[in-house]
This record gives sequence, structure tokens and C-alpha cells, in this order.
Amino acid sequence: MDALDRAIINNLQGGFPVCEEPFREVANQLGTTADELMRRLDALLESGTLSRFGPMYHAERLGGGLTLAAMQVPPDDFERVAAIVNAFPEVAHNYAREHVLNMWFVLATETPERIDQVIAAIERATGYPVHNMPKREEFFVGLRFEA
Amino acid sequence: MTPRPATALRPDSAEPLLDAVDRQIIVATQSGLPRVARPYHAVAAQIGVAAEEVMHRLQRMLETGIIRRIGAVPNHYALGYKANGMSVWDVPDERVHELGERIGALDSVSHCYHRPRHPPAWPYNLFAMVHGRDRDEVEAKVRAIADLLGTADRGHTVLYSTRILKKTGLRIP
Repeated sequence: MDALDRAIINNLQGGFPVCEEPFREVANQLGTTADELMRRLDALLESGTLSRFGPMYHAERLGGGLTLAAMQVPPDDFERVAAIVNAFPEVAHNYAREHVLNMWFVLATETPERIDQVIAAIERATGYPVHNMPKREEFFVGLRFEA
Repeated sequence: MTPRPATALRPDSAEPLLDAVDRQIIVATQSGLPRVARPYHAVAAQIGVAAEEVMHRLQRMLETGIIRRIGAVPNHYALGYKANGMSVWDVPDERVHELGERIGALDSVSHCYHRPRHPPAWPYNLFAMVHGRDRDEVEAKVRAIADLLGTADRGHTVLYSTRILKKTGLRIP
């Protein structure tokens, strides 16, 4: 990753214009060409340095359900339970974490009502209780990762 | 997907609901924008509407908050932020709004939410995701949050992720 890659990552975290030739507009700010910018962006996505490029939609405002859920899974049963949980298409992210509650996943459903049904289905399929932790309030954050 | 009443989408306002064209734009762009000279024209051609219409609707979804932003999402691991700690705090419920606003404003915090407690297993009601190059850096940032909270910090811990078990992102059908 060179200085231009870093400048691209830092710039594009802040937003991307909605106009006829947005890559040209950003390239002008960065002192490069639209073609070079697109080529670099493809490479950064390909290598996994960037995980996404495009509009970030606000799940709840699209009318869907979204929640964070946690489970306490015995270590010797962890892989079996992870496979069951991951097989649910509503599970968007799933992380192992160091805590008594050692499995944490995000559920995204087409409707808010579906959340409770999916949680009940996961409890039935795994045999363990699921703690539902829907957000009550989201606080504004402005963090960016400096590349 | 059948559009549902506006109240279900935005309980806090009377914004018009998403229509079928908005939905098509969302489905066409939720996995990303194409890297071509005129990406919004490419999306427009794909769904069969005018490019101006796509840009106008994206702009409106940005203004109403349906789109948080358009841009790039870095993989923080790839950028060297290898320690990611979910710091969780037990603060008085009547102060959680005020304290959440202040913690969210810190440079080190990428997400900040008020969530329900599940006593006795889970006494925490405020979540702040903290990223660092290593655990020492995360711990220093967590101490800064504890200092800010003062006596409102009735207990906290940090949960480190040890493994990503699944990461597909959010999708609507």
C-alpha cells in the first residue's frame, strides 16, 4: 500500500459524490486520474483492504429488523453451535468473543417481527438460550480508520 | 417486497415511504457500486430508469438517513487495527443518553449503543466498540472512557473477538 492507496482509503471513508462522473471528481481532489482511482479501488477491494464500496443502508429505516444477540456455548460444543447459527441466512455477522457469553451475532430480518421467531428457532436448533440485545438508542460516532 | 406504511419505516417522521424504484436501487447497490466512469448511469441502465432519477433518489435517501453514507468501508484488520474490543458499561439508566453521546464523540469509538441488560448474567447497558493496533492501545482507550464516566461507571468489561465466525453483511431480498 503506497501513499495514494492511503489517500484513497482516507478520502473515501468520508463520502463519495452523487454526480455524473464521481470518480473523476474524487481523482481530481487526489491528484490522480479516474482510471487510476478505479484500478486502485478494485485492487483494494480484491485484497480485502476495503470490505465494501457503495451506499451503506440503514437497516431499520428500510423496514427490517436488526438486533445483536449473545449465547453462552460450552467450548466443546462451540463448533457445532457455530455451524447451526451460521446456517441461518438472517445471521449477518457472528463473532467468537472472550467472555462467558462467548458467541455474539447480528440478526437482520425482513420485518421486525421476524427477529423473535428466528431467535426462538436458534434456541430450538442449538438447545441453548439466546440473549436478545436490540439497540435502544444509537449514539453518533465520527470515527474513521486512518490508513 | 411489498412497500409497508411509512410509519413502519420512519416512526419519527412523515417521510414518504420507499417505492418500488427505490427498492430496485437498493437491491442493485447494496453489494457495492460498479467501478466505471459513470457508476450511477450503470445502475440506472441495469434497472431501466434514467440516471438522473437514480441520482435524485440516492440523494434523497442520504438526506432522509435511509443511506448512512456512500463510500468505502475499510477492513480494520487489514489496516493494522488488529485488536477490537467491545467495551460494555453499567451506567445509571437515567444518564445513559447523556453519557452515550459523550462516549460516541470520542475518537476511539466506532459504534456506541444503549442496549438492554440481562441480569444477572449481563448487567451492562452501554456498548462502545473500541479499536486499536493491539490490546494495550484498546486498554488505554477504555481507561479514557472510564475516566470520562467517573462514578457513573458502576462496572465494565471488554470483550475481545477471537474469531470471525461469519461476515456476510446485511442484505435485503
